[in-house]
Amino acid sequence: MSNLIEIRWHGRGGQGAKTASLLLADAAFNTGKYIQGFPEYGPERMGAPITAYNRISDEPITIHSNIYEPDYVVVVDDTLLESVPVTNGLKESGAIVINTTKSPEYLKKVLNGYSGEIYTIDARKVSMETLGKYFPNTPMLAAIVKVSNIMDDETFLKDMEGSFKHKFAKKPEVIDGNMKAIEMALKEIKKVN
Amino acid sequence: MSIRERLSGNEAAATAMKQINPDVVAAFPITPSTEIPQYFSTFVANGVVDTEFVAVESEHSAMSACIGAEAAGSRAMTATSANGLSLMWEMIYIASSLRLPIVLSLVNRAVSGPLNIHCDHSDAMGVRDAGWIMLFSENNQEAYDNTLMAHRIAENEKVLLPLMVCQDGFITSHSIENIELEEDSEVKKFVGEYHPKHYLLNDKEPIAVGPLDLQSYLFEHKAQQAEAMKAAKDVILDVAKDFEKWTGRHYGLFEEYMLDDCDLAIVCMNSTAGTTKAVVNELRKNGVKAGLLKIRVYRPFPGEEVAKALENVKAVAVLDKADSLNAVGGALFEDVVSSMYVAGNKVPTVNYVYGIGGRDTTTNDIKSVYNDLAEIAKTGKAENPYRYLGLRKGEN
Repeated sequence: MSNLIEIRWHGRGGQGAKTASLLLADAAFNTGKYIQGFPEYGPERMGAPITAYNRISDEPITIHSNIYEPDYVVVVDDTLLESVPVTNGLKESGAIVINTTKSPEYLKKVLNGYSGEIYTIDARKVSMETLGKYFPNTPMLAAIVKVSNIMDDETFLKDMEGSFKHKFAKKPEVIDGNMKAIEMALKEIKKVN
Repeated sequence: MSIRERLSGNEAAATAMKQINPDVVAAFPITPSTEIPQYFSTFVANGVVDTEFVAVESEHSAMSACIGAEAAGSRAMTATSANGLSLMWEMIYIASSLRLPIVLSLVNRAVSGPLNIHCDHSDAMGVRDAGWIMLFSENNQEAYDNTLMAHRIAENEKVLLPLMVCQDGFITSHSIENIELEEDSEVKKFVGEYHPKHYLLNDKEPIAVGPLDLQSYLFEHKAQQAEAMKAAKDVILDVAKDFEKWTGRHYGLFEEYMLDDCDLAIVCMNSTAGTTKAVVNELRKNGVKAGLLKIRVYRPFPGEEVAKALENVKAVAVLDKADSLNAVGGALFEDVVSSMYVAGNKVPTVNYVYGIGGRDTTTNDIKSVYNDLAEIAKTGKAENPYRYLGLRKGEN
């Protein structure tokens, strides 16, 4: 399965990394792909480090194990960088996407010499400006779609509008903000190296 | 026409229950099966089903309520995991001996202690001799399909036994994956209505259910249960045939994956079978004749068929996701090797206890088993047949 894309999410309980992985699965599903979206459940507590995973493929996926050699890693909370080995097993041909405002020098230091592509986004700024609250998962979802090139921006935006209408059927007032968060995130993502 | 969807294993099980629309669902929540009654109670609240939902105070009561409902003449379902099933244990035996075709969704999890919420098969293995039909599911699709077939099997007059559909806790229950769903009306047509021959609320035929049964009759009744379990094999295959005609999806007593010309075979159940398939594909590309026998129907155990399917391989590994702590081997291993022995099949066979308490099982783990099998096939010797897979070294 050479077309298989494997993604690992690192976040903290309550930040929506699990939800983001499920939304990514949803978005890829809507473009006709085979998908898996699953969290690694531990003793769940607000603020504790959590991991979630995605597999996306053109062919049926039968593997049922965690992902140890991901193509992409998403870090939803940069305070994890010094305590969780987020680049473990990450393919050099892949990329890591981090929600941070930290300097490139700092990132290179904490990423244990990872030589693949490093992308950053200030998901807090995006979220505060578009949603008025800190929900990093929507901007991070947009960031990983952009970096992994799973689909083009236009397809993704159209797809997410449908997903949000469904997901927020009882809270339609947040749909606009989330769509704006995605649009802004697609522009704000930066390549570090 | 199937509907392309993406659902978790728990959503798949709950969706099947919604489409079946049973008369009664009685359940008590326990991780990782909690979502099933949770989703189902939403269907009830929204009027999508007209099921009587009984929010009981324990799993013992959940099974008791299902027994009462089925004995009265209605169709009853429930869902549980691990210690929930343990608490049902007394009533599990009563359900099967009263020949009540209750359907249970078992989301497999390690039975405590110490406390662990993750997947292994110790819950299912604890009731393997309780007289329930047990179907295992590799993924959300199979959990859905097995549930759709469940009532046709359990309620068949030749069978009349309760049935549990197993799937791996978290690994499939909480993983969103693609699935093909069927139309509500088609499901309704396939599952059909339940018209029991004998039931408590029939005022034209007053009966007693479950009275005293001593030396003079219990043996005969147990033998009838045993015969019903044997008869279930053909019924399961008949229902699978109808199911395939309807959906195009094929099911047998077990799945043979690249087993025809296979030298090295793994036997396992549930989600690990999917991981094994990926390894088989890779090994086949390198010319290794690897194969898989995935058990779907664990009770009744298809002993003759399994022994026959494995008669031409050079080495077999049986993977048990529960340890029987009997100093001999896991339950699936014992079922497979005793079936092989009776059939005169002398293929060297080893056992791996793996995945206990949710220990992740990777493609590398499975590859190491095929490597061991290649060695066994070469020497013809299977030394130390009771082994561990994925156990950390130096801590046992």
